[in-house]
Amino acid sequence: MTIVLEAKGITKQFPGVLANDKVDFDLRKGEIHALLGENGAGKTTLMNILYGLYGADSGQVNIDGAPITIHSSKDAIAHGVGMVHQHFMLIPVFTVTENIMLGAETDHRLSNDQRKWWQRSLFPQLDVLDRKTVAAKVTDLSHQYGLDVNAEAIVGDLPVGVQQRVEIVKALYRKAKILILDEPTAVLTPQEADDLFRIMHELTERDVSIIFITHKLKEVLAVADRITVMRGGKVVGTVMPKETNLAQLASMMVGREVILKVKKDAAKPKEEVFRVEDLHVLDQRGLETVRGVSFSVRAGEILGIAGVQGNGQTQLVEGLTGLRPTSSGRILLSGEDVTGKPPRPITETGMSHIPEDRQRHGLVLSYTVADNMVLCSYYLAPFAKGSVIQRDQVDANARKLIKEFDVRTPSPYVPTSKLSGGNQQKVIVARELSRPIKLLIANQPTRGLDVGSIEYIHHEIITMRDRGVGVLLVSAELDEIMALSDRIAVMYRGEIVTVVDAKKATREQLGLWMAGARVEII
Amino acid sequence: MDWKRFGFIAIIIIILFGVVVIIGGGQVKPLVIITSMAATTIMVATPLTLGALSGTFCERSGVVNIGIEGMMLGSAFFGWLAAIYMNSIFSFPAMPSLLIGVLAAILTGGLFALLLAVLSVSFKVDQIIGGTVINILAVGISGFMNRQLFFEKGSIFKGQVPHAPGVLPTIHIPLTNLLSPLCETNTACMDVIAAINKIFDQRPIALSAIVLVFVSHFVLFNTRWGLRTRSVGEHPRAADTVGINVAFMRYANVIIGGFMAGLAGAYFTIESVPSFEPLLTNGRGFISLAAMIFGNWTPFGAWAASLVFGAAQALQINLQFFREYIPPQWAFLQQSYIVGLAPYILTMLILAGIVGRTIPPAEDGKPYEK
Amino acid sequence: MQSPEEQKSSHPNPFISALHSSINTILVPVLAVLTAMIVGGLVIASVGGNPFAAYIGLFQGAFGSTKALSETAIWATPYIFAGLAVALAFKGGLFNIGAEGQLALGAVASAWFGYALPDVLGINIPPIIHLPLSIVSGMLAGLLWAAIPGALKAFTGGHEVINTIMMNYIALNLTSFLLNGPMKDPNPLNVIARTPEIAESARFSPIFPGLRVHWGFILALLVAVIVWWLLWKTTVGFEIRTVGANPDAAKYAGINVKRTIILTMALSGLLAGLAGAIEVTGLNYRHELGFSVGYGFDSIAIALLGKSHPLGVVLAAILFAAMKNGGTRMQFLTQIPVDVISVIQALILLFVAADAIVRYIYRIRARGERVVLTRGWGG
Repeated sequence: MTIVLEAKGITKQFPGVLANDKVDFDLRKGEIHALLGENGAGKTTLMNILYGLYGADSGQVNIDGAPITIHSSKDAIAHGVGMVHQHFMLIPVFTVTENIMLGAETDHRLSNDQRKWWQRSLFPQLDVLDRKTVAAKVTDLSHQYGLDVNAEAIVGDLPVGVQQRVEIVKALYRKAKILILDEPTAVLTPQEADDLFRIMHELTERDVSIIFITHKLKEVLAVADRITVMRGGKVVGTVMPKETNLAQLASMMVGREVILKVKKDAAKPKEEVFRVEDLHVLDQRGLETVRGVSFSVRAGEILGIAGVQGNGQTQLVEGLTGLRPTSSGRILLSGEDVTGKPPRPITETGMSHIPEDRQRHGLVLSYTVADNMVLCSYYLAPFAKGSVIQRDQVDANARKLIKEFDVRTPSPYVPTSKLSGGNQQKVIVARELSRPIKLLIANQPTRGLDVGSIEYIHHEIITMRDRGVGVLLVSAELDEIMALSDRIAVMYRGEIVTVVDAKKATREQLGLWMAGARVEII
Repeated sequence: MDWKRFGFIAIIIIILFGVVVIIGGGQVKPLVIITSMAATTIMVATPLTLGALSGTFCERSGVVNIGIEGMMLGSAFFGWLAAIYMNSIFSFPAMPSLLIGVLAAILTGGLFALLLAVLSVSFKVDQIIGGTVINILAVGISGFMNRQLFFEKGSIFKGQVPHAPGVLPTIHIPLTNLLSPLCETNTACMDVIAAINKIFDQRPIALSAIVLVFVSHFVLFNTRWGLRTRSVGEHPRAADTVGINVAFMRYANVIIGGFMAGLAGAYFTIESVPSFEPLLTNGRGFISLAAMIFGNWTPFGAWAASLVFGAAQALQINLQFFREYIPPQWAFLQQSYIVGLAPYILTMLILAGIVGRTIPPAEDGKPYEK
Repeated sequence: MQSPEEQKSSHPNPFISALHSSINTILVPVLAVLTAMIVGGLVIASVGGNPFAAYIGLFQGAFGSTKALSETAIWATPYIFAGLAVALAFKGGLFNIGAEGQLALGAVASAWFGYALPDVLGINIPPIIHLPLSIVSGMLAGLLWAAIPGALKAFTGGHEVINTIMMNYIALNLTSFLLNGPMKDPNPLNVIARTPEIAESARFSPIFPGLRVHWGFILALLVAVIVWWLLWKTTVGFEIRTVGANPDAAKYAGINVKRTIILTMALSGLLAGLAGAIEVTGLNYRHELGFSVGYGFDSIAIALLGKSHPLGVVLAAILFAAMKNGGTRMQFLTQIPVDVISVIQALILLFVAADAIVRYIYRIRARGERVVLTRGWGG
């Protein structure tokens, strides 16, 4: 098999962390090569180097046997490397055609030297856009590979799965022979992921070689021809799927034995502590994104809401926690009606909330750890007497929580921006779990964290459940939902399409519900 | 441009024109008044249009520019200075001096814009602070040099403001000849054509502003430059990944904005009144930002909004023109305080979203970090 | 892994670590001022002057005698209030360019209470009531003038930069109208737009006989301490700073963001109005048109130079006051016009705002967060 891309001895240092440590990597023609590792292992850094977004400190990259230097994305594209990023690089207000044209506006024409003198552009930058021709080419190309995109659609209006296909067409339009996919299934239902795998196989049949970055073990075994595992900036090893299994891959990823299942006792649920009745919530554009949601949570149980991102979960949680007004419906916490109330009274009634976006909602990054730990309670005794803040109480509280929740920080007075993602999340968890609560809403609580932090937070959530707190867990990671929940609800297009006992549901069934199909459990 | 907004603009313009017509009573023909109002509106809207175009280019590429006021002021001064210098010291004739003045004004605008670009794009300084710095610098430098050169005995001009070489002349476009065949011999129709002709008898910068609106629209929405500029303002990282140099696009667009603001500055001292006063821009730079926002960051929208503001100002001016005809009970309107406040209050109402919210470019105002 | 800055400032000896932190914080503003003065010196040289003589004259004029010190303190007083106004707004994430208009209206209100109230009520009001009343009226006028753009921002998202600037122009027109009309000094010898003198009972007395510096200066220092205490020691201050640092997190924390925005602007306007009121009651004993021009931008520069901290603001205000005051003496001694001062001040602002430039020139490493004020046009 010919090697189309080879990276030798790639090293990249960021302040405080060695992201890539003499990494060797090769890609064969027409293969799907998976790059596996947990968050922070260095996979995205390596790919960003290959795509020209970062420069490596040392190392060599060869394409088709010849050494090349890549200083920018333009160079990478010129060498036939295309990348589909985890967070799409698409302009929401542009059409599909405009997004694909961007940066390659006149590629469909002959270059300036090839044209007759009167056809040459005087000022290339002022070249008129020829949307029609490009749109036709885009439609052609997408049909060729079975990707089917509407060239005139506005990208922002397209569902996530289709946007991803636009990204792939974008790379193919630029004649990419090497395609890098960065965590592509993060935003897809299981069925959409299968669709993607089919597309990947069609591409490899046409001699496109694919590098597929992920942290999901099961996928890798399903689709890859070869698997390279990275950990802590180094390559741990390269294996064939047939020769390995989940447990081995997991321990290669983490460096120790990984318990793949969360240990928990059976739930002992008691009385109902939280009830939502026919809730409707509008998003900022006025569209109804939560369309009549009803469910209830009992003390001592975990209700997990599964669903692909973008089906209304964000707006649902915002509505429940008072961050967004609700248009109709009722929310009852411990029997008290908290519908439409702002965050503070809801918190005081006994709700705590681990937000989806920890840096945006959960923390003030420039504040110290101590201040963040009283972010929601600074106005209460003992932290405040009347309007005056009692510094010594705040500091004592911080010290206690840092110890109790094992937050790794040099001191309570360090700004939280200096903490790692896992420790930032621990500050939030410490804050939210250290007061008496009736209901915990955890929204994507382990997104972007390392395995150690993930284990810790899962443990804390189970502990809360065992203490009699009701837990509402919202997560796009189906594995997490299945591991932690006692009951599972699936959210699709703003509605709860089913609520089942966790023990009885299978991955396939949940996947179908997540994709909108209605299936009965036998 | 949605209909609600268009309707708002139309209503305001009709009200403003209507006020003057009514006040003219039966004494002056409505057509004469409307012609005068329209011509004045186009004229005084010029700096606002150019300012709004300036802001549009800057912000479409993602850089908030509240320094337009300072750019206009600085350009007004240096353009005027250049014109006077050429005329008095080098004894150039009037027209070349004025044209050199316009050139100098445009370049000054570009230089201030370069400073803003350096601050905002390379040093990632907060863009509002950067714009404020430009404003303060412009006030300081123009005030300082104005005093130094024209009020100090030992200076080149011997402490006196020399005779300025006038202003740019009105250009008469022969619209009547072009359009009269449409009318045959209908006198009312001929009157209208004559009125239209008179309305477009404008000076060069005013006409350039109108042309630039069309050119800007074409560039922004139909060329490679425009596509790239807009991409950099909406999602710079995406643009970066397809090989577009974000910093270059921002620098270039901010400087283009600077040139437009410079041309606006030239309007004040080379086309409007041939003299310089400290703070002569009087908030026009900020009002053009409101026009830009109201026009939803599009050239035609900005132009329409500028015309509304221009009409408010034109109202004040025309009340002066026709003051003999104003019946006494309306005389209080002449007090500049009342009518003069209209643009400012209008700006605030527009910003409050009275006519609906507008959507800026997604990454407007945020520095881009690789 | 701690960066060198952290290692420095978490030195085991708390005194030394605090010293390190302080030096680091004031290093850039000090260097900014120094660089501006160097460039200013070049400007002076370019118009034929002697920079050293100029700066000596400046220093003499500002600090060279008790009278000079008194005059500098007088100039510093409104700068401190206005600077605090802008600084407080910055801390709350808001950009109050309207200090000028708020100050003007504060002065007008205060003047009216000063000269008109005794006539309206027909009695002599004892100073213990009259003076505070005048001052409070100024505070309220400024508060109101700033609360309007604050409310617009809170409820409609309308950006406070343009709205406060518009309010400035409206205030200008309003004061022009009032001072040329109903509030004009009826004295037949008077031709300019100004109010009559305020009653004796509404005046701040000078601290020392013979010098003009008045108790308003002491009040300014006191208010600086109060603002510091408010921002860092109270729940209200915590809310203001949190909304300024991260409005999303503030909402999550249960803070009423809209109410806080309006409160922040209101307090800011209150301080600016106070500046105007103090000027009327302590210095001029009347309000004259055109008096308040220039305070707006100056106060922004002072707030930025002082890094939005009350202590920094006081020091920066004194610096600007020294430059204003010393400028006249500089002109007297060296024939260099005072306008060069405004150029230097503009340059100081440039270097402070673009502290990255200063860092680049002097090779200082950045530490801490960047102040994020611009989130585009909001809405």
